[in-house]
Formats: sequence, structure tokens, C-alpha cells
Amino acid sequence: MPIDDVIRGLDRRLGLARFARTALNKVFPDHWSFMIGEIALYCLVVLIATGAYLTFFYVPDARQVVYHGSYAPLDGVTMSAAYQSTLQLSFDVRAGLLMRQIHHWAALLFVGAILVHLLRIFFTGAFRKPRELNWVIGLSLFLLALGNGFTGYSLPDDLLSGTGLRIAYSVLLSIPLVGTWLAFLVFGGEFPSNDIIPRLFVIHVLVIPALIVGLLTLHLAMLVRQKHTQFPGPGRRETNVVGSKLWPTFTAKTLGLFFFVFSVCAAIGGLFQINPIWLYGPFDPSAVSAGSQPDWYIGWLEGALRLMPPWELRLAGFEIPNPFFPGVLLPGITFTVMFLWPWIEARLSKDHDDHHLLDRPRDRPRRTALGVGVLTFYLVLFLAGGNDVIAAHLGLSINSVTFAFRALVFVLPLVAAFVTYRLCHELARRDPSDASPLAVLERTSQGAYVEAEPDREPVD
Amino acid sequence: MSGDAEQRATVRIAVALGATTVSALALAVVYLTGGQTQLEGIFLAIALGGLGYALVVAARGLLPQGPFTEDRHPLASTPDDIAAVAHDFEAVYDKGRYDEAESAEGLARRRLIGRMFAGAVGALGVAALFPIASLGPRPGNKLFRTQWRKGSRVVSDQGEPVKASDLDVGEIIAVFPEGHVGSADSQTLLIRLSETPVTTRPGRETWGPAGYVAYSKVCTHAGCPVGLYQQAIERLLCPCHQSTFEVSTGATPVFGPATRPLPQLPLMVDAHGYLCAQRDFDQPIGPGFWNRDR
Repeated sequence: MPIDDVIRGLDRRLGLARFARTALNKVFPDHWSFMIGEIALYCLVVLIATGAYLTFFYVPDARQVVYHGSYAPLDGVTMSAAYQSTLQLSFDVRAGLLMRQIHHWAALLFVGAILVHLLRIFFTGAFRKPRELNWVIGLSLFLLALGNGFTGYSLPDDLLSGTGLRIAYSVLLSIPLVGTWLAFLVFGGEFPSNDIIPRLFVIHVLVIPALIVGLLTLHLAMLVRQKHTQFPGPGRRETNVVGSKLWPTFTAKTLGLFFFVFSVCAAIGGLFQINPIWLYGPFDPSAVSAGSQPDWYIGWLEGALRLMPPWELRLAGFEIPNPFFPGVLLPGITFTVMFLWPWIEARLSKDHDDHHLLDRPRDRPRRTALGVGVLTFYLVLFLAGGNDVIAAHLGLSINSVTFAFRALVFVLPLVAAFVTYRLCHELARRDPSDASPLAVLERTSQGAYVEAEPDREPVD
Repeated sequence: MSGDAEQRATVRIAVALGATTVSALALAVVYLTGGQTQLEGIFLAIALGGLGYALVVAARGLLPQGPFTEDRHPLASTPDDIAAVAHDFEAVYDKGRYDEAESAEGLARRRLIGRMFAGAVGALGVAALFPIASLGPRPGNKLFRTQWRKGSRVVSDQGEPVKASDLDVGEIIAVFPEGHVGSADSQTLLIRLSETPVTTRPGRETWGPAGYVAYSKVCTHAGCPVGLYQQAIERLLCPCHQSTFEVSTGATPVFGPATRPLPQLPLMVDAHGYLCAQRDFDQPIGPGFWNRDR
């Protein structure tokens, strides 16, 4: 049989049998929450496949051209070659719009899956020793995903994305001492510049994807080396992993998940319009539209910029402009604390042991309350990013909506954290599964009952 | 696994794979006949979903369920392994003649070589940083100046010069310095507030001839074009982050994150009745930066 020959030939040259057997027998826990990271992984596959297709049509060039294509409302309009090529891709390339929309939806899903995966890791304590480094790598991947989302969103050079770039430039400009240099280096001069589009393109299709693939490989290699965490349960201990073997059951399940993820992306990419750049028009530095919202994962930053009161710092003739605080300081603190969290928590809890069994969130009321509080803070910021839309829908003045958000952004997290804390205690108190059994009886083959050692590891 | 359940699983898999095959063919037909985004999406989704469903049914109904257990071994290496690695790593001090390496002279020589390597690579690294400077020009005074010059005629976005008689009271248009229509940092809002000269602030008595005021259109918060004019209350609103500016008092910020007024362009009316700039803005336009006041 030819396949057999090929495999034997490979093995004679590489000696793979022992390694392959170990790999095939690797055990994966079956809990549903472990699929979230896989969803992110498969979104990445979809992104690379559709993204490669898009590069064959997209032109990373900000030079101005006059459009004469099949989208009549923009006929004769001056626009960048980048915008023109995106229009052509959307209207004149067969399956082009589908690919573009799948790509955009998959990107939204990608960042979303990473965030939910991150929350799962946080709330179950999976970041604890010995997995601190993988937490750091995972967070770096999250940052890279945010960066690639933003750069990709900016490529079509439409009015909406141009506004986003303009704000990004202003935030860069606000950094003390190096801001002006940094902004000029990144943008190739004063905004708007023709250099930024081709630069974003290379960053979007080469630099960040290469980093993502490299770090992701490390992320997974470390996971294989350290083996999965698992929730406590019958037969599950710190010293083992219980679940399905890689071959064949897990392979079939995870391949199935891949096709489901791709299928969902295809369905929403085909049926739901996203980023209709032809409605926004080409970028024009003197135009802007109200109700401009970025993609969801930038929403918290947009909200922070909108809620920031009119403060700036002036020291000895120098100034730290307003956008620095919500645009640089806030994300800087956010990610620094997140990166250091495994070590911070270890110090606070004085727990420096290895942990392979996961926490149930309710059993860690303080961590869970903190996580919910912080999450609420960013959720309020996210909603505040749409304060103009909310004001219009509710028929309120934008000013009162903004004032309300400025209060809510501090009040709601405290309330949410307090409620979570109480809820955790209440749940833990009422949970019958946490009551230690008085005795466990086993039925012997003779039909007699004897008291047995409890099989379960005690929780905490 | 009972035979019945296995048979049901097999039927489901067959149906799913059949759906995949049919949808894949339909997808090809849609493409060949001109393409249609919604249909393409639906057929692609069904084709992929069928594969996914078949695999999951197979995994749950036909394949071993376990649960299987794998032992977890301690991750840390044994002291013996660590000692062995350390020993092998220190071969860097071993040139075949351990005696020489052990001697103080040999150690010092190797240390010196090590430092020279570090210094050389460091120097190369620093030199490699310089090309970064090619990525952009020095900021210089670019952030401090616009295209407005003494006597620049005020033109509309179509390049038409604006006469003092052109706008009615309450009207607003976007204007540029003549010859620089579309210039991002020179975009200016021209508003007619009254029939008679207006003074927005002390010291600006000559800036508002014939009731005209002109403000930079670039928001002092994050640089968006301040595009919305609420005529009844004479306020400008930036749609990006809702900074609001009071037009009659020199575009002072009254709401939102902006901390500074929009810079005002001093206007004059030339001999032919056209609006002109007296000079450039008296301060940098747009978002703040650290040395803005220098």
C-alpha cells in the first residue's frame, strides 16, 4: 500500500513512531470552556486563508486616483488607490466581498474568543504557577490581535478608518518628550501622510502575523509540555489529566469545531454586511461623520477618550495633553497589571505552589469579584464609546449621557464587585456538592456495602 | 455502544456529508454563474457545517469515549540533571587543557573575550538602530505652522475666494488658504456672526471684520475635524469625542475632553472686498504635544 510505504520511508529517515505514539495518546480535558482557545486558533486559520486571498487584490497605496468603477454613486470621485482597490474587491471581484466580510467577521470573533479565553484562564486560576509564562505569552497574543485588528481596519482608507488613524496619531503625539518624534516616525511625517497606508499593510500582513504565529507556536508547545489544567472531579488529581485522547476522538471533535467556526464565519460573512466602506466614502481629512464607532475591541479606548474630563498637565512650560491619560496611560496600566497578575496574586495569597486543578470562580470570591469589577469598568467604557448613539436612541442630550457615564464608570464596577463577592459566598454556602460526604459506600462484588475512601480531591 | 445508536450516528453522518457535497457543488455553480454574496455564504456555511457536524457525531457516537487518564510528571529537572547540564555548559572554559582554563590567566582571557563579543554585538545593535530615523522627518516646526500666510486669500473648498458680502449671518463654510485647498492642517471654519465687526476676546479687536470669525477646524483634543455647528446656540461640536466650543467667546471649550480653544485666524478684508488672513494662527493648531508652548 503506497501510503504505508511513504510512512515507513519517512520513519526510516526520521524515526517518528515513538513520538507519534506519545502524541496520539495525549489526553485533552473535555470541558466546554477549553474550546474557547481553540475557537481563537481556528479564527486565525480562517483569517490567514481569507487574508492571503485579499492581498492578491488590495493595493497598499495612498496616491490619489479618480474612481470609474461599477459602484455608480462614487463615479468620478477622487480617492486613494487603496480605497479604490477595496471597492473593486467588493464589487468587481467574484467572491471578493464574501472573502472580505468573512475576514472582517473572523477578526471580530478572533479578538472576542481571545478575550473570553483570557477570562476563562483568569477566573479559574489557570494562570497560576507553573503557567505564568504562558499567561504572559497569551496576553502578548491578545495585544498583537488588537494591533492587527486596528491596522487591518485602517487599510481600506475610508472616512471611518481615517478618523481612527487620525485619533491614533493624536494619541501618539500626546506622549511626553518622544510623542512628536514617534508620531512622525510612525506616520512618515505630519498627518495625513501617504506613507502610513503601505506601512500599515506590511505590519498587518507580515510583521504582526509572523509574531502571532511564532508566539502561538510557543503558547501551544508550552501547553503540550506542561499538559492541560482540569477542573476537579472524580478521579482528577493534581498528578493526572483526564479526558479524550488526541487520537481519534479529540482530533475528530476539534476538526469538527474548526469546520463549525469556519461555517459560522462564512454564514455571517455572507449574510451580514460589515464595514460597508462605500457608504462612508474615501478618507478626507476635513470630513467626519457623527456616530463614528471603531470595531468593538477598540471601543473601551474610544469610550475612555470620550469620558475624560477636560484636564491636562502643564509643568514648567511643557504639557501632557489630555489624550495621553485615556489613550496611553490607561491601556499602559491595564496591560502592565494584567501581565504581572500571576505574580501579584501569588504574593497576595502567599500561594507559591504548582496548580493543575482549576478553581471554581465561586470558591475564590476575592479574585472573582475583582475580575468582575474590572470587567465592568471596561464594559462601561465600551458603552461610553457609543454615547452619541445612546443619546440619539434615548432622546437625551449627549451631555447628560456623558455625565451619567462618568459617574457609572466608577460606581458600577464597585457595585458589580460587591454583588459578585456576596454571590460567590452565597453560592459556595448553598452548593451541596461542596458539602463533604459523611461517608462513601461502595458495593462489593458480593453485594455488601463497605465504607470507602472518598475518591475526590478536596476543593481548596 | 449499541448497534442501534451506531446506526443512527451513521445515518446522521451520511446526511451531513451529503449536504456538504451538494452545497459544495451549489457553491461552484453560484460562482460560475456570476456569483452572489449571500448564496455563496450560505452554501459555504452549509458545506463546512456538514463536515463539522459529521466529525462531531463520529467523535461522540463511533469513537472511544474514555475518559482516559494520563499521568502528569514533575516539570522541574532533578538536581543531577541540572548539575550535568551546568558541567557541560562550562565546557566554554575548557580548551582541552583544563589546567590552563582553571588558571586565573585563562579565566581572565576568556572573560575578556566574552566582554569584547558583548561590546561588538552591542555596538552593531546600536548602529542598526539609526536607520529607524529614516522613517520620518524631524518634527521641526511643522506642527507649529500651517499654510496660512500674511494676506492669504480665504477660499472655499472649491477654491472660490470669499467676499465679505458672500455669507449671511449664521452661515458657516469650510475654507482654506488660496492655493492650498484640502490642506489638512490649514482647514478653517468661517462663520458670520453679525453684520458688524466682532471681538471674541480682548486683544482680538481687528480679527473679526464684517462680523466674520475664523477658527481652525482641527479639534484641539484628538485632531478630528470639528464638523457640527449648532447655529441657534453658536456652538461648534466635534463629532468624535463631543468637545464643544463656544463660538462667540473665542471657541472656548465648554464640554467634552478638549482643554484648549480652537485657534482663531485673524481676518481682514482686502481692497477688493475679499476676506484674507492677517497672518498664520498665533499658536499651533490641533491636538496638544509636550513642547507646544515652546
